[in-house]
Parts: sequence; structure tokens; C-alpha cells
Amino acid sequence: MSLEEQISPEIRKFAAEVGPTGPVTVAGGQTQWEVGGLPDPNVRKVVAPSGVWSHQPEEMTVRCGAGTTLIELSEVLAQHSQMVPLDMAPNATVGGVLAVGRSGIRRLRYGPMRDLVLQIRHVDHAGKIVTSGGPTVKNVSGYDLCRLLVGSLGKFGCIAEVILRCLPIPAATKWLSGIADPFEVYSKLYRPSSILWDGKRVWVCIEGVLSDVEAEAALLNLEEVEGPPALPVGGRVALEPKSLKDLEVNGSNWIAEIGVGIVHGDIPIGGGQVSERNRSLMRDLEHRLDPTGRLNPGRQVVEA
Amino acid sequence: MQNKSDAKLFDDLHAVLGDRARAGDFELGLYGKDGSVLQGEPAIVCLPVDTPEVREIVDICLDHGRPFLARGSGTGLAGGAVPVGDPVIIATAKMNKIIEVDLDNRIAWVEPGVLNLDLSRELMPLGFHFAPDPSSQQVCSIGGNVANNSGGPHCLAYGVTSAHVAAIEVVLPDGSVTVLGDLTAEPGGYDLRGLFVGSEGTMGVATKIAVRLTPNPPAIRTLLLDFEDVRDGAAAVSAIIAAGLIPAALEMMDKRAIEIVEAFVNAGYPTEADAVLLVELDGLPGGVEHGVEVVRSVAERHQVGNVRVAVDDEERELLWKGRKNAFGAVARIKPDYYLHDTVVPRGKLVEVLEKVYNIADAYDLIAVNVFHAGDGNLHPILAYDSSEPGVLERVHAAGRAIVTASIEAGGVLSGEHGIGLEKRDYMGMLFSSHDMATQDLIREAFDPQGFANPLKVLPSGSRCSDSFHQHVPEGAWV
Ligand SMILES: Cc1cc2nc3c(=O)[nH]c(=O)nc-3n(C[C@H](O)[C@H](O)[C@H](O)COP(=O)(O)OP(=O)(O)OC[C@H]3O[C@@H](n4cnc5c(N)ncnc54)[C@H](O)[C@@H]3O)c2cc1C
Repeated sequence: MSLEEQISPEIRKFAAEVGPTGPVTVAGGQTQWEVGGLPDPNVRKVVAPSGVWSHQPEEMTVRCGAGTTLIELSEVLAQHSQMVPLDMAPNATVGGVLAVGRSGIRRLRYGPMRDLVLQIRHVDHAGKIVTSGGPTVKNVSGYDLCRLLVGSLGKFGCIAEVILRCLPIPAATKWLSGIADPFEVYSKLYRPSSILWDGKRVWVCIEGVLSDVEAEAALLNLEEVEGPPALPVGGRVALEPKSLKDLEVNGSNWIAEIGVGIVHGDIPIGGGQVSERNRSLMRDLEHRLDPTGRLNPGRQVVEA
Repeated sequence: MQNKSDAKLFDDLHAVLGDRARAGDFELGLYGKDGSVLQGEPAIVCLPVDTPEVREIVDICLDHGRPFLARGSGTGLAGGAVPVGDPVIIATAKMNKIIEVDLDNRIAWVEPGVLNLDLSRELMPLGFHFAPDPSSQQVCSIGGNVANNSGGPHCLAYGVTSAHVAAIEVVLPDGSVTVLGDLTAEPGGYDLRGLFVGSEGTMGVATKIAVRLTPNPPAIRTLLLDFEDVRDGAAAVSAIIAAGLIPAALEMMDKRAIEIVEAFVNAGYPTEADAVLLVELDGLPGGVEHGVEVVRSVAERHQVGNVRVAVDDEERELLWKGRKNAFGAVARIKPDYYLHDTVVPRGKLVEVLEKVYNIADAYDLIAVNVFHAGDGNLHPILAYDSSEPGVLERVHAAGRAIVTASIEAGGVLSGEHGIGLEKRDYMGMLFSSHDMATQDLIREAFDPQGFANPLKVLPSGSRCSDSFHQHVPEGAWV
């Protein structure tokens, strides 16, 4: 199949819709719509194509339209006991969660979502289709634009189609909770999926085969619970994992991801500083990849 | 010294580095090549000891309008460290300190010249390791691993280098120093760190790297499965993965590889087999035992001969020794070899392997296959004798045919060795000219003048600033 032929009619149609001019934004499930600020009011909204186009269980890869919802994706993958652990709202879209780039609460085990992305096709500022990465589970052909696009809030292009790496759904999953020192919990366990902490209580997710999950759970003096607590949505900061040890946030409602360093909640601490030199590199990239600033105007990845 | 301008450049570098700026024939002889068959012409080699020195070297290069090339251990297989376009070579061999092991953050800060295995050895007693384990790990540098986004047998379960790098201090091509990424999970702004990893030295020189530490697994089992027919072995690979198992490693060796490795290391590999799979499972004991059973039953469904499970660490190491020494062992059949690297969908392994054998036959070469089967990463080795007239042309033609067959099967150009010079002109097989122009636009944001490792990765047509093209030396095969 020639390079041209590999691009499906759905993607071409989406490229035509994005077109070469005028401010444009891609609307996904709008579950994290305000991250980076709202787009300008006069912006044209487009919707990325959706559909799980090919799931190859023996390759553990899935190709889908960026507009596919996470629930649809997980339903298709679950038929073969597979998953992509994106862990966001079920009505969020694949393209949307990648554009925002905030990983879910099982990141401790599964890593950041950018490591699950194998190939991205996006529509650039000129309305042209760009492919980066590749369809196989391992690939170092060319620059790693996929990682750059994850977390780019659509400022570099409109994500149209992605190929993701799938993982087997673990045979057993347990959530445990109780009062405990979260750092001690972390040091006792081998690659837990998640450890959450609100300053007093911990929630731990252990996954694997049942005997391992039970043996690990037995190391802790915690009760089994249904699942994770609701995360406070007021704010989110990323700290160095070890600085959670000295975290003192009185009064407010927060939950921290131990070992990862993300804190959810209304918290008066900064984070995400960008150095002057990096800022100028990032601005240069923005200018090069979107000279007229038509992609998602109003939203900011790098604060002014 | 080639000419006057080189003499002045050398004086300026010498003023900063003393005898760590070198232009003697001996040094230059060492730095013209990497692990590939490509050859360039080095002019000046610098051996800085720290970031300020790297920065000064880059500044001096800028003053003289000369490009530069970062070099680690020179084990790269795509010609990434082969000097073309007259670069000053910045070798990181003397930047080899492990700066800090920060267990609370599960991070180690290292200098780029630290050797991969040295780091993991240092970490081992602390209960951790650096997961990427290229077969060259005894000699390759972490800086080279970062630049090439290297893989290794255990990257099947743990992911390649990019997943294990949190932050990189870089001397950018304009001489400024910056840190890309940080120790938080979500550094502010765009993921420049992710972009730098795998950029093969074309976006600047990595001078410090914060790598993530992976806990050592509590249980490990290593199995050797032999098959009478390589097709059954390859089908077993797909079936193991399809059964929902991701082994820590899943390596395959074909008949010829088994024979030469066995003669070399005496690991007890079954020389009568057509193929073996080396499978490693690690993690918590229950999962590992479950994995052993899954592998066993899948293998039985695919006509496995023997299933050998290593009984202790010694046996396990022996089994791995065979795999890790395979490339060296090839020297037993022919003095030279060309190691290829493509990836195909696992389901296409059998089909492409057969094509590889046919291609080798057609070009009258010997193909040996030892590879990361679990992720479809083929490593056909073409063994040859460079003293045979015209043999290199056949080797290159066969290489191109292998790459073409892999792409036709839905694969990619490289799984871990990178593009460098070797596959630069194949990029158009996988990417449109617009894709490549976009990649170049991004590279240019880091290096508008094309000073950092010129002429690599992207074919000349796609580069906006190809100011050095005319300098490609005669002998370089590109
Ligand atoms: C026998 C053998 C087995 C191998 N097995 C594997 C394997 O299993 N998996 C695998 O992935 N690779 C493998 N390789 C390839 C090679 O070892 C890796 O690519 C390795 O990471 C290169 O490291 P190096 O220090 O030798 O880098 P070099 O060869 O010196 O350089 C490689 C590239 O990195 C750039 N670079 C080096 N240091 C820096 C720096 N500090 N900053 C910026 N750029 C830099 C160079 O410019 C060049 O483009 C193998 C090679 C051999 C010879």
C-alpha cells in the first residue's frame, strides 16, 4: 500500500474540514475543556473522526479515530481482555485526552499516556495530513513527534487518528484503603498500580494474578474497598515524588499520587515552571507549526 | 590537520581543553567509524569533562562556523556517530560520573558517558536497575542510549529508553544550556524531553541525564524452547502475546545463530533445533509461575521440542550469555557482519524471515537471525568477508531489500538502532515529503544552522538548511 493509500477517507474528510484558514478547535468529549484556558469565542469547532478501525489482539495495537470515546475503545478491547490504561472520563475522546496529556491514576504502574502512543496522524495548520511514529510496538524511525503532540492541547495540529499500544487486562484488581503511612506502603509493594493519599488515608491499587494480589495485600493492614476515591477537581500540580513527604496543605481537600507526585485539589503550591530558554524554544515551535496562530487560539500550553 | 582554518580552530579548542583536544592520526583513526560499516573523516576530537567545557567547545565551533558531533562509545549501528560534514567530535568518554542516586525519587542523575551496565551494576545492590539493556550494554553510553532511544531484550515489558528518562541537561546548538523535562510527572509546557530522546545528536549534546530507576523483580524465570521448524517458533511468539502475556523478554535465534553461539559459549543450546526462543518472565512469583505455564502450553500447541527452565541464576546467566554474545560469535563464520534492524508486526515474522533468507541467498550472503521477537524487532545479520571484491555492494543491496520487505509487511525502518546515515535515504519509504518537512521544521527550532550532527536522520531534500552537504567526504557511504 502506498503512503497515500494508507490514509483513510475519514482522515481526508477531517483534513478538509479543518482546512487551511480560520481559527479552529477540535471538540472532543469536553471533559477537560478548560485546561489551558477556553478557546477564543469566534473559533470554529470541528469534531475528529471516531471509530475503532482495527484492533489486532496478537499485535496488542489498536488504530482508532481521535474522536473515539474511551468507553467505546475499552468495550472493543475488552472483548479480547485488553485495555489501554488511559483512565479518564468514559465520554472523553482518545484525541482529547492525548491533547491534554494528563495521565490517569494508574500511572505509577503503567507510565504516562505518552508511552502508549505508537503513531499519530494529525492535520496541520495548512490543512495537510502529517504522520509520525509508526504502526509497530517498537519504532525509532524519525523524530518522536508523537510525544511532542501529547500534551500540546492541539496547538501543533488537530489529532485525527492514533495507533495505541494495548495491555492485557490484569486477572485481578484490588483497591484497599485505610490509615497508613503511604511511603511505607510504597516501599513494601512491587510495582503497585496506584497509591493515593489525602494526608491521613491511603488507597492502594494492586493488580496481577490473584495469588500475587492477595499476597501483596496481606503485607498491608488495609481494608478492601470498591475503588478509588473521587478526586478533587479544583486544581492539579505536579511535584517531585519525594517532596510529597513534606507536603503540608492544611484544611483544603487534596489527594496526592504517591510515587508519581501529582496532587489533585485546591492547593496553594506552584509547579510546571518553564525556564526562559525552554519557553523560547516552545514559542519557536508554536510559531513554526502554526505560523498564523489558527490552531486552538486562546488556549495556552506555555503561560504568557 | 587538514587546513589553516582547522589549525586556528584547534588552537582555540586546545586553549580550553589542553591535551584533551586532539588531532593526532591515532585518535582520528578511532573516531571515523561507529559500529556500522560507514566511514567518515574526523578532523578534531575533544574530550570534555563537564558541561561548561562542552559549552565552550560548542561556542568555539559557532565562532568558526563549524558543526559538531556528540559521540558516546561509538557502538551505534546506523552511522549516527560517523563524522560527515566536517564536525568537531565531542566525545563524552570522560564525562562518566554517576552524579547522584536519589532513591526517594527513584531517579539517578548521570553524566552521558556513563556506561549502561556500570549504572545497573551500581544500582543492583540498592534493589534497582536501569531497564533499557541493549546487547551492547557493557560498552554503550547512557548518552548514546538517550540519543538513539535504545532498546534491549527487556524493553518488551519495560519500554525503551524514552520511558526511563525524566530530564536531560542539554547544551543546545546555540551554546546555551537548558534542562528538558524535570523530576515531576508533568513538566510545564511541551514535552521537549520526549522530542530530544531519539534525536540522534541533532538537537544538541546531552550533558546530564536523570534516568528512572526500576525495582529489581522479586522473581525471575528463564526458559529456552526449541522448535524443529522456525515457523512454529515464530507462531508461538504471536500466540504467547495473544494469550495476554507480556514476558520481560522474548528473544529468538535461528538455526545458524544457535550453531555459532553454541560453538562459542557452550550454553547447551540444542544445535539440532531449527529455532529457539529465550523467554524470561519476571515480577511477583504467582504471575511468573502463571507465565511459565502459559508459555509451556502455548509452546506445546506449536510443536515445541524441549522446554528447558533454568534452575538457578548460573544457568539463567548462561542462557543469556549465548544471546548476548551472538554478534561476536558471528566472527566465527565470516570476519565481517552487517547487523540490520527493522520491525514488523509479530504476525508477519514468519513471512518476513523467509524473505530474509531468500534475499540473502539471492545476494550470495549468509543470514543469521538473533532478535527481539516479542516486539517483532528483526535483527538479520549478514555475514561476509570484506576482502571479497564487490561484496559491500551486495550487502547494501540485500539490506535495502530487507528494509523494503519489512515496510511492505507493515513494518518500520528501525526498532532501536536509529536512522543516522544508514537509513536516512530510506525515510521516504515510511514518511511523505510533507511528514519529513514537518520533522525538519521541528529539528530546526533546536538547530537552525544545522550544526548539530549534520546530515543525519532526514534526507537532504527535506532539510531546509543543508549548508554542509557539499562536505560529505568521498569515502562515506550514505
Ligand atoms: C554488538 C552490538 C549490539 C547492540 N545491541 C543493541 C540493542 O540490543 N539495542 C539497541 O537499541 N542498540 C543496540 N546496539 C546499538 C548501540 O549500542 C546503541 O545504539 C547505543 O545506545 C549507542 O550508544 P553509544 O554510546 O555507543 O553511542 P554512539 O554510537 O557513540 O552514538 C550514537 C548516536 O548518539 C549520539 N550521541 C551520543 N552521545 C550523545 C550525547 N551525549 N548527546 C547527544 N547525542 C549523543 C551520536 O551523535 C550518535 O548519533 C548494539 C550495538 C552493537 C555493536
